[in-house]
Amino acid sequence: MSTQLATERAAVRRRSARAHTVYALGPATMLGGVLWAFLQPYRVTLLHPRGQGFWWLAIEPPLLVILAGIVFAFLVAPGVIEDLEAAEAEG
Amino acid sequence: MQPAAEFVHWMFATGVLLVGLCLLAQAIVGDDVWRRRAWRAYLWPGLAFAMGVLMWPVMVFFTNSTVHMLAHGSWAQVLMLAGAAELGLVRGKLHSPYWRLTMPLMFFVSGSAFLIHEQNSWFFARAAFLHHLIGWTLVFGSIFPLLVVFRPRSAVWRTGFALVFVVLSVMLYSDRDTAPIFGHLSPEAGAQHR
Repeated sequence: MSTQLATERAAVRRRSARAHTVYALGPATMLGGVLWAFLQPYRVTLLHPRGQGFWWLAIEPPLLVILAGIVFAFLVAPGVIEDLEAAEAEG
Repeated sequence: MQPAAEFVHWMFATGVLLVGLCLLAQAIVGDDVWRRRAWRAYLWPGLAFAMGVLMWPVMVFFTNSTVHMLAHGSWAQVLMLAGAAELGLVRGKLHSPYWRLTMPLMFFVSGSAFLIHEQNSWFFARAAFLHHLIGWTLVFGSIFPLLVVFRPRSAVWRTGFALVFVVLSVMLYSDRDTAPIFGHLSPEAGAQHR
């Protein structure tokens, strides 16, 4: 294998790693929220809503973390990865 | 109907987390790719600016002392300034990269305000501990946006800059109105909440 080819393949691998990293940010955030919900289930008041006030039902920290992950994973990351791959293809 | 302070902290934590995720992605892919779509270029500066605007009602409705009012007011101003400067740079209305110095200024002023307006010691209650921790994190964390101004292409400094936001969001999510910290809760702090 020529040195030039090996360098190009290494570059492609590095670029792919960047796309994978961006892709992983959203799910990793969601996973953090899910783990928090398991560690402190009493913070997810939807599981036991009776007698809870508006704010305890509307603002549930583990769900907010999951929501932030969902927003990033579905609204931001796909476009970033698409543009990254387009930039890589343009060379 | 007014939310307790901890709910406000958690809502701001979500905004801070989103800014951190965007900055992290931008650090990974670079400015050229990140700004290929105009709306994305405005995303995190717009979020920072919006959080600055939303800090004003926090100042009005959650003021239990003059020093609290001054702290919230200073956060509102520096958040809006840093967000607006970045928006101006992205839009092309501002040209000097030194406008980005508003970001380390925001970190330093916010951190100082946290430290100055917390009257209690570290282990008084969880909120006091977090005020000290967030304050020092922001003061020392201001080195990252400062270095980004002079080394804008450095992935290390940019990643560090983004991670300060992520760490800050974790600290804000950890806030409780009256709760112990590592088993410590001063009797003067009041009855523990859930």
